[in-house]
Amino acid sequence: MVENFEPNIVVFACNWCSYAGMDLAGTSRIQYPHNLKVIRVMCSGRINPVYILEAFANGADGVLVTGCHPGDCHYISGNYKTRKRIILLERLLEQFGIEKERLRLEWVSASEGEKFANIAKEFVEQIRKLGPNHIAKELRKEVAVV
Amino acid sequence: MVEDEEVRIGVYICHCGLNIASVVDVKKAAEEVSKVPNVVVAKDYQFMCSQPGQNIIIEDIKQHRLNRVVVAACSPRMHEPTFQKAVERGGLNPYLFEMANIREHCSWVHEKEKVAATEKAIKLVKAAIAKARLLKPLKREKVNVIPRALVIGGGIAGIRASLDIANAGFEVHLVETRPSIGGNMARLDKTFPTLDCSQCILTPLMVEVSRHPNVTLHTYTDVVNIDGSVGNFKVKLLKKPRYVDESKCTGCGTCITKCPWTAPSEFELGLGKRKAIYFEFPQAVPLIPVIDPEHCMYFQKGTCRACEKFCPTKAIDFNQKPEEIELEVGAIILATGYSLYDVAKAMPEYGYRKYKDVITGLELERLVSATGPTKGHIVRPSDGKEPKKVAIILCVGSRDEKHLRFCCRFGCVAGIKHAYYIVSHIPDAEVYICYRDIRTFGKGYEEFYERIRNYENIKFIRGSPMEILQDADGSLYFDVFDANTNRIVTLRPDLVVLETGIVPHPTFKEVAKILKCAVGPDGFALELHPKLRPTETSVDGVFLAGAVQGPKDIPDTVAQAGAAASSVIALMSKGYVETIPYVSSINEDLCSGCGICQPLCAYDAISLVKKEDGKQVAKVDIGKCKGCGVCAAACPSGAAQQLGFNDEQILAMVRTLTR
Ligand SMILES: Cc1cc2nc3c(=O)[nH]c(=O)nc-3n(C[C@H](O)[C@H](O)[C@H](O)COP(=O)(O)OP(=O)(O)OC[C@H]3O[C@@H](n4cnc5c(N)ncnc54)[C@H](O)[C@@H]3O)c2cc1C
Ligand code: SF4
Ligand code: SF4
Ligand code: FES
Repeated sequence: MVENFEPNIVVFACNWCSYAGMDLAGTSRIQYPHNLKVIRVMCSGRINPVYILEAFANGADGVLVTGCHPGDCHYISGNYKTRKRIILLERLLEQFGIEKERLRLEWVSASEGEKFANIAKEFVEQIRKLGPNHIAKELRKEVAVV
Repeated sequence: MVEDEEVRIGVYICHCGLNIASVVDVKKAAEEVSKVPNVVVAKDYQFMCSQPGQNIIIEDIKQHRLNRVVVAACSPRMHEPTFQKAVERGGLNPYLFEMANIREHCSWVHEKEKVAATEKAIKLVKAAIAKARLLKPLKREKVNVIPRALVIGGGIAGIRASLDIANAGFEVHLVETRPSIGGNMARLDKTFPTLDCSQCILTPLMVEVSRHPNVTLHTYTDVVNIDGSVGNFKVKLLKKPRYVDESKCTGCGTCITKCPWTAPSEFELGLGKRKAIYFEFPQAVPLIPVIDPEHCMYFQKGTCRACEKFCPTKAIDFNQKPEEIELEVGAIILATGYSLYDVAKAMPEYGYRKYKDVITGLELERLVSATGPTKGHIVRPSDGKEPKKVAIILCVGSRDEKHLRFCCRFGCVAGIKHAYYIVSHIPDAEVYICYRDIRTFGKGYEEFYERIRNYENIKFIRGSPMEILQDADGSLYFDVFDANTNRIVTLRPDLVVLETGIVPHPTFKEVAKILKCAVGPDGFALELHPKLRPTETSVDGVFLAGAVQGPKDIPDTVAQAGAAASSVIALMSKGYVETIPYVSSINEDLCSGCGICQPLCAYDAISLVKKEDGKQVAKVDIGKCKGCGVCAAACPSGAAQQLGFNDEQILAMVRTLTR
């Protein structure tokens, strides 16, 4: 494990369930690591895999995608599309040399503040074990060579 | 236009009293972000949401010629609308505003890590600034609402809703697939808990709706297609041929008396017969017969024409064709009701349809009805004798993991009512009610149950039979374990009445598909919110009334019909709807017409159209688009973008957070 490594994790959250669940963690004052920073979208189905790749390419150590539980998407089925995309993306990540454990998909409802805090803790620990994401540096080198 | 202007951003960091300021160093944050390009002013203030706080924004917009505003405070789910209004009052488009959540997502969850929390807050604000820089003004479009409603289903729900809308002064088209309106309530003899005669309270409403100047009735008609969105639905109906000219028919019924051919009556659930030309039931509205070509000898063999010969007004028209009707309506009410669970097929152990003397509760209603197949005499279907011992079985198929998981909500009270029917028609009969629990939730239901429970000849057995069997002599018998006495009871009833579970009307699936509205796991229409929006569907402008949404007794059905009608009336009195601003937008120059986006949209908002130059492009109906962004995430050309959440804006945030 790298000493003093503070992972930088980007979280994508849908407005209706997951973002609200994270708000609930806040209103309930449930503490979790500061390493996660949230980008709000209306539905998890809005998350273009390109955003996740861009995050990794720029040096994100982890990406957490969150959405409503199956059946609960505010837009009927956006989260099913998310699930499919994430499964495909995981395979792709491996080919890029990014450990697929750096990407995580979780369903978080508006009442699951505590669940979100637990996921946050676990995920930060998992990323700590994996260490920093080197791909960004390598990418930069490649770009420099070109 | 804002786009060509130099971007001038004002950033406001809220203390939220001490909620934020006790953890995040707000002064430092303001100072840090003031260095970000395009930031013209960066301030911190105790309560940004207060009136003085909002005034700071409004004045700065004027004084510093701001054209973007970022507030770092609580959750946007809390105060985004507050600040958007302030920005608007300052003279800017309200969507040139972005919020960073440094309370719920920062100070409150990192209370003990002040330094890290301050750093995180700064990052979050910078990400918001990065997005704000790329924001464009958005607008809500006004869509006019056509002041005309479509009601699908002419049961008590559809009738009540139509009358309410019509009485408010709006036009209604009421569509019923059967030859008469009335629905299942028309089949009932009496209605619990008051035992008033069902027809007596229903038929006046049927007549009223058919005569109402604002109502157009389309009976024997199906909905074949619906396009468009709230305010402007285009509806296609198909009127099935009755082979009777409605404009000539007076409803005298001579044709029916003269017709020599019969068939089982749908309305009587097969217990009685009707002619090949028939009224749905004697009080049918409209009182115009239909010819059933499957049983009509003229259609089958080419001879007969008795009805034609005797009709005094020459109303019979064997050449009638299905007729397409097109309508434009602003709102739709779904009121397609329910059907009984198919117990014959799903639960053969009860012998329904195998043994003639096993009937459903709805069939008993017909046997009791004065206009029914037995003129109101309760007799056994097998031999026409009066039953002296009757078993009523509750929860048949309901609350059963293998069948229907839900409670049918009226089976218990219907069963109790049915016991009353038996003892009031046949005073020396014995009735056994086999139940699991008695659920009497409605107003007056428990009192009704108490009253019936006092009859000596009505007995309650707590248990359900496993199987109904038949002896060599044809008599029925079954064993049931009574949990109240811990004994197995063997019953030999003359008649068995099954209070079956219910399912949506068989056509509902197709209607839901046409409308693209969500269906729940139980097969009934899914309401938008089980508590707060129980009459709305996933499709704007489409509302629910009655058993289409799930089992409902008449009082609840009527209440919901009123609620659905008032939603429609509200929509129409206002006259327009506003679209959401975060809709999808297609850049036609970039669109390759690949069509990937089209099937992904859960609201069918995207269609592929040919432009004048022949190029195929995707087009979004903003009246239908709900702004999920699913299409934008899938478009390989970057042509589909969600306004307010476009690729550039989100990527700018990603980059800010990761670099
Ligand atoms: C045995 C029994 C006894 C009952 N007794 C009582 C009682 O005593 N008191 C009480 O409060 N409740 C009672 N109920 C419940 C009562 O029947 C319902 O509450 C009521 O009928 C619901 O009305 P509805 O209009 O929603 O549905 P329905 O009555 O089912 O009417 C729906 C109508 O829509 C039409 N339709 C369906 N699909 C389409 C389509 N695609 N296009 C056009 N039209 C369509 C149908 O033909 C029908 O006319 C009883 C129910 C049963 C089964
Ligand atoms: S996915 Fe993109 S390119 Fe393909 S049709 Fe839709 S908008 Fe056009
Ligand atoms: S944003 Fe969602 S609702 Fe709107 S067109 Fe795209 S997929 Fe359909
Ligand atoms: S709205 Fe939460 S996943 Fe679609």
